[in-house]
Amino acid sequence: MTSLSPTPAPARPVLELRSAHLRYGPRPLWTDLSVQVDHGEFVAVLGANGSGKTSLLRVILGLQPLTGGTLLVDGRPPRRGSDAIGYVPQQRRVDPLTPLRARDVVRQGLDGHRWGIGRPGATRRRVDAVLDEVDARAFSDAPVGLLSGGEQQRIRIAQALVADPALLLCDEPLLSLDLNSQRTITALVDRRRRSHGTAVVFVTHEINPVLPYVDRVLYLAGGRARIGTVDDVLNSATLSDLYGAPVDVIRTGDRIVVAGIPEAPEQTHHAD
Amino acid sequence: MTTVLAAGPGPDVWHQIFNFANYGELLALVHNSIIAGALLGIVGGLVSTFVMMRDLPFAVHSISELSFAGAAGALLLGANVIIGSLTGSILAALIIGALGSRARDRNSIIGVLMPFGLGLGVLFLALYKGRAANKFGLLTGQIVAVDSVQLQWLALTCVVVLIGLVAIWRPLTFASTDPEVAGARGVPVGLLSPVFMLLLGLTVAMSVQIVGALLVLSVICTPAAAAMRVTASPGLVTLLSVIFAVVSVVGGILVALGGSVPISPYVTTISFTIYLICRVIAAVRAKRGWATRSAERPLAAAVPATH
Repeated sequence: MTSLSPTPAPARPVLELRSAHLRYGPRPLWTDLSVQVDHGEFVAVLGANGSGKTSLLRVILGLQPLTGGTLLVDGRPPRRGSDAIGYVPQQRRVDPLTPLRARDVVRQGLDGHRWGIGRPGATRRRVDAVLDEVDARAFSDAPVGLLSGGEQQRIRIAQALVADPALLLCDEPLLSLDLNSQRTITALVDRRRRSHGTAVVFVTHEINPVLPYVDRVLYLAGGRARIGTVDDVLNSATLSDLYGAPVDVIRTGDRIVVAGIPEAPEQTHHAD
Repeated sequence: MTTVLAAGPGPDVWHQIFNFANYGELLALVHNSIIAGALLGIVGGLVSTFVMMRDLPFAVHSISELSFAGAAGALLLGANVIIGSLTGSILAALIIGALGSRARDRNSIIGVLMPFGLGLGVLFLALYKGRAANKFGLLTGQIVAVDSVQLQWLALTCVVVLIGLVAIWRPLTFASTDPEVAGARGVPVGLLSPVFMLLLGLTVAMSVQIVGALLVLSVICTPAAAAMRVTASPGLVTLLSVIFAVVSVVGGILVALGGSVPISPYVTTISFTIYLICRVIAAVRAKRGWATRSAERPLAAAVPATH
């Protein structure tokens, strides 16, 4: 796999969903979802809690089958553990005594799923390269459990990128990070997709940190979806239609504020 | 009965604990035990790193109680004690593995199993009319001259655990430290859990033979817990953990040889001392700021640094 120069985007989309359906028992999460994500594209996935954002990621990761329609990842049906996908989870504190250095966590993205013990040092060059890319060389030998939340998340980005995936899936990677770290993470993701043509699907409940980078927005609500540019989707008319209730979208300077999203009946605590 | 003087234990008490008379002859008698101890140290040290990563010390203790019950049952029936102890610990490991995937469930199942195993074992021992040393040994360890047949069993168990661990080393590490991402990367997280529990059960059964059921944790938890205090390098943690475990078990056997006290206090004391030393080293380093960064240098300017 070559990875250094920006590759000319092949015609084939990195991610393609055609009339995809997903239901749990009688409850449809989303129906008739058609999305296409091309090389180097940055797509933000938004929607209330319980709207199926995380399920969408699980389907793409091959952890859960669609109940209808087609899904292609890099031209192939989804497969567990595909090298075509890098996955960044929500930020969680790592136990301080975890016996891994930052570089060991990154290495897991390359060969952590392989059987056996592996040759020491066999992956060093690639691990170092991706550590440089996320500016983490300074703490690459530090115990991962002692890093700050933002640093740990940078290491997770490196772990997701080290196998040079065509698609980077991020599941609320900014959650519980301070503003500065949020900017760092989004800037890193943006830099990667520009340098390597990596497609980015970025699940978030907060659009503003990614606003400067987003090409398109996929908004999931009430079993339906809208996809388009920020202006196409994040406006009062579209969201009011999706939710079936009046929703106000206000743009103030370079920020977007969404107000009046109805609380889903089964989600009483928090619906954004 | 000896009267213990107010000034402290009399010389005969010390003599019971440390006695190196005729050491060379004793050593020749127990060379099988020393080999067994070394094997246990290697396997115990390796397994304990995963026990710590997966937060399973409590499970280890519970498995060892059921292993004790199995061994006591075998003693009562006149069957092979090692097979009895293997049966008990594998059963316990599989039950814990199958029923307790979440930490909360797991802890309650363990809390239920542990007294049951211990009670069962006590019952079997009460019914057993044989040598009292056999009874006590299962709980607190003994250097019975491990005979060649027993040693073969222990060596076979050791080889099985080693092969198993080496085969699943990388995915098990991944699944133990970040199950979510490991699952996304294609690691069979759900399958690895019972496989590891099985290997753990085998190792616990081995330890019960040597250090006794009550003190298994000193071999299958303390070594890695100590190693993790002084390094985060996975290779070094594994190496140190094995060294600590071998030193504890073999050292314990060697010191215990002449005394008339069970082997476990020696093993646990060495193991605990190593742990204390590691904590002191970690505390001294933390004061000097070692723990946070390996090297301090300004971050590249392209991306704003986090604080």
